[in-house]
Amino acid sequence: MQMTRALVLVSSDRESMERGARQVFERLQQEIRATGLQDEVVVTMVGDVGRHDALPMVIVYPEAVVYGPVRPDDVPFLVEEHLLKGRIAAGLQASVRELSGRIAWLSARQGTLPAEYRIVLSRVGLIDPEDIEDYILHDGYEALGKALTTMTPAQVIDEISRSGLRGRGGAGFPTGTKWRFVASAKGDRKYVICNADESEPGTFKDRLVLEGDPHSIVEAMAIAGYAVGANEGYIYVRGEYGLALERLSRAIHQARQMGFLGRGIFGSDFDFNIHIHAGAGAYICGEETALIESIEGKRGEPRSRPPYPTTHGLWGKPTLVNNVETLANVPHIIRNGAAWYRQFGTKNSPGTKVYTILGAVNVTGLIEVPMGITLREVIAIYGKGMKNGAAFKLAQTGGSSGSIIPASLQDTPMDFDSFTRAGVSLGSGALLICDEDTCVVDLAKVLLNFFKVESCGKCTPCRIGTQRAHQILSTIAEGTAEMDDLKNLLALADGMANYSNCGLGQTAAVPIRDIMKHFRAEVEAHISLRVCPTGVCPMSGRRAMVA
Amino acid sequence: MSDIAQVEDKVHSVVRQAIERHGREREGLIPVLSEVNRALGYLSPEALSEISRQMRVPQSQVFSVASFYRMLSTKPRGRHVIQFCESAPCHVVGGREVWQALQEELGLQPGETSADGRWTLVTTSCLGVCAVGPVVIVDNDIYGNVDRAQLPQILARYA
Repeated sequence: MQMTRALVLVSSDRESMERGARQVFERLQQEIRATGLQDEVVVTMVGDVGRHDALPMVIVYPEAVVYGPVRPDDVPFLVEEHLLKGRIAAGLQASVRELSGRIAWLSARQGTLPAEYRIVLSRVGLIDPEDIEDYILHDGYEALGKALTTMTPAQVIDEISRSGLRGRGGAGFPTGTKWRFVASAKGDRKYVICNADESEPGTFKDRLVLEGDPHSIVEAMAIAGYAVGANEGYIYVRGEYGLALERLSRAIHQARQMGFLGRGIFGSDFDFNIHIHAGAGAYICGEETALIESIEGKRGEPRSRPPYPTTHGLWGKPTLVNNVETLANVPHIIRNGAAWYRQFGTKNSPGTKVYTILGAVNVTGLIEVPMGITLREVIAIYGKGMKNGAAFKLAQTGGSSGSIIPASLQDTPMDFDSFTRAGVSLGSGALLICDEDTCVVDLAKVLLNFFKVESCGKCTPCRIGTQRAHQILSTIAEGTAEMDDLKNLLALADGMANYSNCGLGQTAAVPIRDIMKHFRAEVEAHISLRVCPTGVCPMSGRRAMVA
Repeated sequence: MSDIAQVEDKVHSVVRQAIERHGREREGLIPVLSEVNRALGYLSPEALSEISRQMRVPQSQVFSVASFYRMLSTKPRGRHVIQFCESAPCHVVGGREVWQALQEELGLQPGETSADGRWTLVTTSCLGVCAVGPVVIVDNDIYGNVDRAQLPQILARYA
């Protein structure tokens, strides 16, 4: 795969030239050719770079790392470290203010975001996802080697527990605890499943990991298998993710050839293999027991729990199910240790979180930031403010099963515990930012339509509840509802939340409760005044009502 | 060979090939259904009963699974399938207007196939390309940041 992935600029103002910029430029060209990077890296002499404290300077984009003063003899080291290995060439930086530690790679190509810190996405956009050697060059499979040759399974679980890693699929369950449950469960066969059925509206973080760094998931699953005592893994990828499926298949094939999967990995007596299962289009299969049913070749209908998959999972055997983003953290934790991981994020929610920013902001896209950042910061720093200078009204987190966060909560730190205390949920990592032109009734109607369509129909509270709730919201939007309908709507929400079999029906209540809690006046205006304050709802039944 | 016999022959061989690739175990049912669906455009009653026969899974269960998943169709579809994302991220950035325009342009309601067999229009839940909403997908081609003025141009590419 050929692509230009780096742009190297050499300052060549008069002073730089006097200090040997041309020699630096020529040496860069030589070294880049010698390392075979000439098709991926462009070197240019650019005149005055606007800074004169460390000439000649070399600036590497897209990370915008500034090196200087650079002597020709520094060039081989710089090329090797930064362009080949993808980390900062230590000691050569002109200033450590730009970025510290290691390169924060920018997939969005939209300027430098200094607060962003990448663990999960550290290789995405940096390495060739179809080349296992590129992955190995960037510390790949080092963690698996470390685990298999220097740690016992119990030590691996211990390290994950101490890191404080919590499930990134939305629930925030402590990962180490889940691993321990599976490890201690009785059974001759156990399984590891990677839940890559990413279907929460607005969420595509897992897709970027699978497409950009598939080996990290292969490596993490092997580590998990070793820790819990499983020799087989399944990756359940949603059927619509064609490129992710392709890249994963290739990664598994390459890992087998290199001996990172198969028999006696790293000379140990640990065997591990991974199968891919492509979904066929069903949101509910992201629920872990529905996912297991689907792998077994059945309708994706969630099982009743308990028993949980940790003891009765795939084919009734103890099964570990982890989300893509959760697993992507694992090799980094094993390689660098729990203490390293804990320096990011908050005490009870360590590490980073990958978010997709969408909606009424100037810049949409993907970011990875430490846990505990606030919504206000996300909008201002990463979203570059609201589009057209509009006022922020609400954010909808975590796809459809997240919460509606009103502007009054925009300074609440985004971590599992702070959000739980505020009565909202972090969800899967989508942040749909809405401005004053968004009608909450219309939004809730769209969300309930989603649940209605995606309900598997197995249990009544969800099957009927989502239908009825959507109907009532539609009458509100048409201007034909009565005040009593609001009571019914809330009663339906209670019924769904309390009596549904799985998370789908339970969270279908959330948008209803949230709009009634934070935007009650706006909802009631649709009924008592027969007016949609934002002018979004059709209110088409209004005239008939009056007449 | 008669037309009916030819069709039957094709169904048999497609099913046989899919089962050879994915195995006769129950675990292989969804991959087999997906592959047959891709090869034939939809899962006809003949295809479903052939899968049932060759995999030794009751027809009722084969149909139950086939009718559960969105990417599998038990009804014939048009030459081109248009999927429109109806989830919130696309909806709030103008999806509502584009969806109205798309239905008018085609003269179709969601789930319908045009009389000439050219189009099938369906809605879909989020496909994870929300950074460029509203999103319209024709067959395997994804169009992002769509507005209503672009629709005729997009549709004209498909015969």
